[in-house]
Formats: sequence, C-alpha cells, structure tokens
Amino acid sequence: MSEQLSVRGLTAGYGGPPVIEDISLSVEPGEIAVVLGPNGAGKSTLLKSIFALTAISAGSIVLGERELTGCRTSVLVPLGVSAVPQSKNVFPSMTVDENLDVGTYAAPPPDKDATRDKVLSLFPDLKGKLNQPAGELSGGQRQMVAMGRALMSEPKLVLLDEPTAGLSPAYLERIFDLLLDIRQTGITILMVEQNARQALQIADHGHILVNGRNHSSGTGKELLADEDVRRLFLGGTAA
Amino acid sequence: MSEFVNFYLFPALTIGSIYALGAVGISMIFGILRFAHFAHGDLMTVGTYGILAALALFPVNPLLLIPFGMALTIFAALFVDRFFYRPLRDLPTIYTVIASFGIALVFRSLAQLVWGSENQVFSTGVRPPLVLFDTFRVSVLHVQAIVSTAVIAVLLHFFLTATRTGRSMRAVADDPELAEVSGLDTARVVRWTWIIGAALAAIAGAFAALNTSAHPNLGWNLLLPMFAAAILGGIGKPMGAMAGGFIIGMAEELSSYHWIGDSALISPSYKTAVAFVIMIGLLIFKPQGLFKGRLL
Repeated sequence: MSEQLSVRGLTAGYGGPPVIEDISLSVEPGEIAVVLGPNGAGKSTLLKSIFALTAISAGSIVLGERELTGCRTSVLVPLGVSAVPQSKNVFPSMTVDENLDVGTYAAPPPDKDATRDKVLSLFPDLKGKLNQPAGELSGGQRQMVAMGRALMSEPKLVLLDEPTAGLSPAYLERIFDLLLDIRQTGITILMVEQNARQALQIADHGHILVNGRNHSSGTGKELLADEDVRRLFLGGTAA
Repeated sequence: MSEFVNFYLFPALTIGSIYALGAVGISMIFGILRFAHFAHGDLMTVGTYGILAALALFPVNPLLLIPFGMALTIFAALFVDRFFYRPLRDLPTIYTVIASFGIALVFRSLAQLVWGSENQVFSTGVRPPLVLFDTFRVSVLHVQAIVSTAVIAVLLHFFLTATRTGRSMRAVADDPELAEVSGLDTARVVRWTWIIGAALAAIAGAFAALNTSAHPNLGWNLLLPMFAAAILGGIGKPMGAMAGGFIIGMAEELSSYHWIGDSALISPSYKTAVAFVIMIGLLIFKPQGLFKGRLL
C-alpha cells in the first residue's frame, strides 16, 4: 500500500553552500510526480536528498507516518523506498537475473519468485536476456533492468533520476508507457525528467524548481497549459 | 616427458596454486575496497606462523592445523581493517596503500620478534613421492596443494555466483555507489572480503612454507608475483586472479625448462623476473587483464 511522501522546507547540498533551499512538495499515494527545471536547478539533488545521499541542513522528509530525514540509505529500501540513478544504474558484470536478485537483498519480498514474475511481466524484453551480463545491453534495456531491480523489493515509492536520458525516441515512449504500467500496480513514482512535455503528459503532478527553490507546481495538465511554464520549459508552443 | 612432469609441471602448478590463493585476496580487496593491499603477503606469513605455533602445541600433520593459521590471519586482517584502514576509508586511497606498507612491516617484524628470523621447517625427513601410472613421481605436498586449490576454486565460484553474500560482493566490486543505493550492507561485504582473502592467504602461506621453509620474509617475497597474477586475471575478478596465479606460476617455472637445446631457456635464478615482465607488459598493453577487470 502506497503512502504519501511529504517534503517540507528541505535545504541540502554536498557539504558546501546548499544546492536546494526550502523545497516543499508532496506526492500522493499511487501517483506519478515529476520534478522539472533547467540544468542546475537542483532536481537530482532533491532526489538524492530524499535517498539520504546528500547533507541535509534543514527540513524534513516523511513517508506516510515515518520520518525519513536522517535515515541511512541502507535503511530506506526496507522502509519501501527504491531509487534508480540516472547513469551507472546496473551492475555491468552481473547477469540480468543477478541484477534483479540483488534488488531483493535489502528488503526480501515475501514470495521472491512471484515478485520476479511480476517484474518480468512489466519488462517482457528482459525475459530472453536473463543470463546476459547487464553491461552488454542497450541503454533502454539497461534502464529496464535498473527499474526492475528497484521494483524487486516491492517498494511503496520509486525515485527515478532522468529515466529517459540518452534513450532513442522509441525507447523513450516505451519507458513512459512502462511508468504508467508501474503506477497501475499502486507504486508511487517521483521522477526527475528533462523531456518535460512527455513527462507532464503522463504525470499526475509536476513540480518546477528554479535555482534550487520551488518555482511552481500543479497537475500535469495545468502546467502544460501554463503560459509561463510553456515559455520557460516547453519551447513556448502550446501543448 | 616424465622429467618434465616430475620436475617442472607439478612444481609449476604448486607455485601457481600458492600465487592463485594469494592473488584472490589481493584482487577482491582491490575490487571492493579500492586499494592495493601491500600487506597481503605478510598476512600469509602471519598464517604460516600461526600454524607453526599450533604445531608446537599439537604435533600432528601441519595441514590439519591450517584452520589455526586461518583463524589468526582472519583476526589480524579484521583487526587492522577496523583500527588502521577503516579510519582512512574516506581519504584518497593512497593513504590506505601507504598504511598497508606500514602494516606489512608490522606483521613481518612481529613474526621476527616472536619466532626469530631464521628459517623454520614444518617437518624433517624425506617423504616418499607419489607414483602415478608407474611413471610419474610427484611430491605428495604438490598434489595436496593443487587439489586443494582446485576444490577452493570450485567452492569460491559457487560462493560468488550462487550465494547472497557472494553476489553482494560482486555487486560492490562492480559499482559501490549503486550497491549502496540498492541498500546492500557494504560493511558486511567488506568483512567477508577480509575473511575470505585472509583465509586463503593463510592456506597459501602454509603451502609456501611446506614447499620450502617458513621465514619472516616468506609472504613479502611472494607479493609481486601475486600482484602480477591479480592484474593478469583482471583486478576485481577473483576467478581471474586464480587463473592468473596459475599462468604466472607456470610461466615462472617453465621458463627454466630446456625447451630449446639442452640448457634452460632462462636461468632459474631469473625466473622471478618473468612475473615482473608479464606484469609490466600487461600494464602497458592490456591493463584490464585477461578477464576485463578494473583499470588500475
């Protein structure tokens, strides 16, 4: 069962001056939320902060009733949070099957085989490649392995950092379709995306960051129709 | 033919076994902890003297006392990791590399202090060779070392590919940041790396000392060929290190066989240089090793 993610007044960075300041957002259970913004806006830093990979100096992160602020990364997976980094997101020398298996170690699902079948039904492309080293796959297939690995712990919330970065247009469509399929299973998705228009088309809510601060937020449709957002991030044309 | 098998092939495979067992630890530590552990040879020495100490208490076949050597080596490795290497983990790896040089000196000096600097032998007298097919006469120790290493290789392969801990170790070696993001217990992985590396170093030390004699420089003298083996196999690839150990051992020993004419191809006194030549050649032409390991 998914739970609401609440980020309140989050200020974080990498030891020096803060990269994000006073960020607040909430993600409803079972929705797709997308974080958008220009380069250097702090989108990836926000995701890393939720996943305890930055130094948080103020604010709080709460999933359901559980305070996540200050939790170590290794504790977050058992608490139902999985993350997929933008690049280097598979174990290249390990087979696809082993990559998926590693996803169960921190939080073993009650029935590993059933979870594996469920994940493979989401990513049928991987079925014929289970014994192939993940490093030999194409970028799109690697992204599927990475998402599959994150889903193997049966998370409540998945954090995705630019899941379509560097992918061909064909794979880009596939990944967005897959995100809708994952949402169907009741998992909440919070992702950072550069392909703003496509991301807002599938997202329930969007949050726009500029210079490390909240700029605006709204439903996907509202943001696609917003004149200011269109001019800044969508090339100025109507959605 | 029998001369080649008796005096070159089996001794070569034995030296290869010793290098292989030592190189596995070097390769795993480099792959997972990201530093060249220069005290690994001296860990072998610690294991050897652990067995010698146990032998003084229980005068049985030294091979039966290898678990004592393994226990002492594992304790020594976990101790130095906890109090010397771990505090340096967040600094550039060169600090840990230099620290491992210091630890190597400490291990060697302790062995010298407690047991003296002279050569010590595990057993005296002549053991009759094993006669195979009525033709080959090979040392029992050589067969024991080769068979043990083959069994360990199979067990290690099973451990790394089929167990949760083994797969976690490969995952951390592949990408430590992603392993952390995946929620893997990296501290546990580090602990197991030391346990396996140290245990195999103790076994290698035992066979090396039984093959010749025990002395405080035993492990240090084997360090460079073992590094050559780890690089040859590909850093971070334990099974590659095993293969690398055998290749380096065979190359060293067989280089002094009279392949052409009646005299040795390379004088036996230069055979250690063969490992260095292979290592330098690899670092220049194939730094990832035979099994596509990490770049140094």
